[in-house]
Amino acid sequence: MSERISRDDVAHVATLARLRLDDDQVERFTGQLAAILEHAEDVEALELDDVEPTSHPYPLVNVWRPDEAGPTLANADALAGAPAAEDGRFSVPTILGEAP
Amino acid sequence: MSGAGRRAVDIARAVAAGEESAAEITRAHLARIEAHEADVHAFNVVTAEAAVERAEAIDRAVAAGEPVGPLAGVPLAVKDNLATRGVATTCSSRILDGWVPPYDATVVQRIAAAGAVTVGKTNLDEFAMGSSTENSAFGPTRNPVDLDRVPGGSSGGSAAAVAADFAPLALGSDTGGSIRQPAAFCGVVGVKPTYGLVSRYGLVAFASSLDQVGPFANDVADAALLLDAIAGPDPADATSIPQPPEPVLGHLDDGVAGLRVGLVTELLGDGIAPAVVARVREAADALAAAGAEVVEVSVPAVTYGLSAYYLIAPAEASSNLARFDGVRYGLRVDAPTTNEMMIATRTAGFGDEVKRRIMLGTYALSAGYYDAFYGKAQKVRTLIARDFAAAYERADVLLSPTAPTPAFALGAIEDPLTMYLNDICTIPTNLAGHAAMSLPFGTADDLPVGVQVLAPALGEVPLFRTAAVLEAAAPAPATFAVAAPGGTRP
Repeated sequence: MSERISRDDVAHVATLARLRLDDDQVERFTGQLAAILEHAEDVEALELDDVEPTSHPYPLVNVWRPDEAGPTLANADALAGAPAAEDGRFSVPTILGEAP
Repeated sequence: MSGAGRRAVDIARAVAAGEESAAEITRAHLARIEAHEADVHAFNVVTAEAAVERAEAIDRAVAAGEPVGPLAGVPLAVKDNLATRGVATTCSSRILDGWVPPYDATVVQRIAAAGAVTVGKTNLDEFAMGSSTENSAFGPTRNPVDLDRVPGGSSGGSAAAVAADFAPLALGSDTGGSIRQPAAFCGVVGVKPTYGLVSRYGLVAFASSLDQVGPFANDVADAALLLDAIAGPDPADATSIPQPPEPVLGHLDDGVAGLRVGLVTELLGDGIAPAVVARVREAADALAAAGAEVVEVSVPAVTYGLSAYYLIAPAEASSNLARFDGVRYGLRVDAPTTNEMMIATRTAGFGDEVKRRIMLGTYALSAGYYDAFYGKAQKVRTLIARDFAAAYERADVLLSPTAPTPAFALGAIEDPLTMYLNDICTIPTNLAGHAAMSLPFGTADDLPVGVQVLAPALGEVPLFRTAAVLEAAAPAPATFAVAAPGGTRP
């Protein structure tokens, strides 16, 4: 069987998922993910061109409600669990460029 | 008597009638928790003081002649992935460190309105990802039947809390079997309701198109009592079914005469322990003896369920868990830039199984693989729904094992894929959005065996009718290492 997923793939996916893996973890996850994807080959091999996908078991669309303001969280409650907050907003480290 | 080990229906009736004190019943359960929790570790937190206060308030309401709900004074354990206002909600993960929700999940509001007394938040596999509760950041829960064995998962803490008589009722969540498999392992009843029957508002999302909240109990009547209390439309959950549901509690004596029961051929063969298959066939015989018409039915696509699930659920999880980034709640590991902070926080906050599933989902959704994996898995979901629909032309309910084996030893399964195989009998129900229940039916090697009853969407009434008949016909239950004196097993 061909290589299902390479160490480079695993490292790349970790970057996309904002996770840092050490070399041991990359090695271990590569083997484990390959085994899971290999198991999933039974699905890959199915001929399903004429089958519609199901994204949801209960295909509700457009659930309407009256356009009326209801109770919402107070600003202080919404921020109470934040690791850092300032002036009624979530606070994060610098996003672009150098720190001021 | 007012001790632990009582049935919820009896407690609620006696408390509402003013015959017994909710506070006394609550204290009896807290005493059991105090005595055995160190062995079992069912809870992440026990809210003893709040529970007693709440129970005393119910006693005062009864004394004042005020209406109390159908769960009046019943101690209840809540899985720690359901938001509880003012009580830390961890999902058994480091990444939610310090988070105290500013709101209650809808089901938590409903059990409170029904008069239940929440005694604590139960342990789980981190973010409900696992089948043994060994993936908790706070250590494993042990099976009250045999403390060297796992309770199953992910709702292992809730199953163990009920099995150990810490509370007669518990809430869990089931994405691929996370209520039914631990119920089977711990010798209790667990129900995965129809998708949309019970609100998901305030359930921390794992895989949104599969997740469903449901009850644990020591018998079918108690499970019915709790399901009726939590089911029904919720404007806060856009996927909740808008029609009011048919209560199930009134149907437990309906019997199964004339009911068509289908044994699922594909779930009685390879990979299922022979003793488990034997119990399922005995269950079918018991239903036939009670007047049901038993047939074998084929649901061929269920054999692809595991593969489809382990592409769809991680894909949804990788998206849902993107919100845990150190900004709005929980853990933050400081770093000079926001991107580095997010990476450091997620790396420190998530355990290995959660990382593995985020990685798998991110991969399955990534460019070049979406059609081959995620797209195909969604089509398999259609096949499973079609095959179930065909089976339900010939049967009103289906019967299968809940899990391939009884409870295994702690630490016995290290390989992720081997662990996932625990869910082969339960996953198809989630993919189809149907209802299913596990209930104890005899033993294998002195361990409980769970039999699964499956029903189509909104088939809760035939589901509970069937379960009530099976419960009455069940062989002797397992002996529990941790159980209330006098025993509570049916």
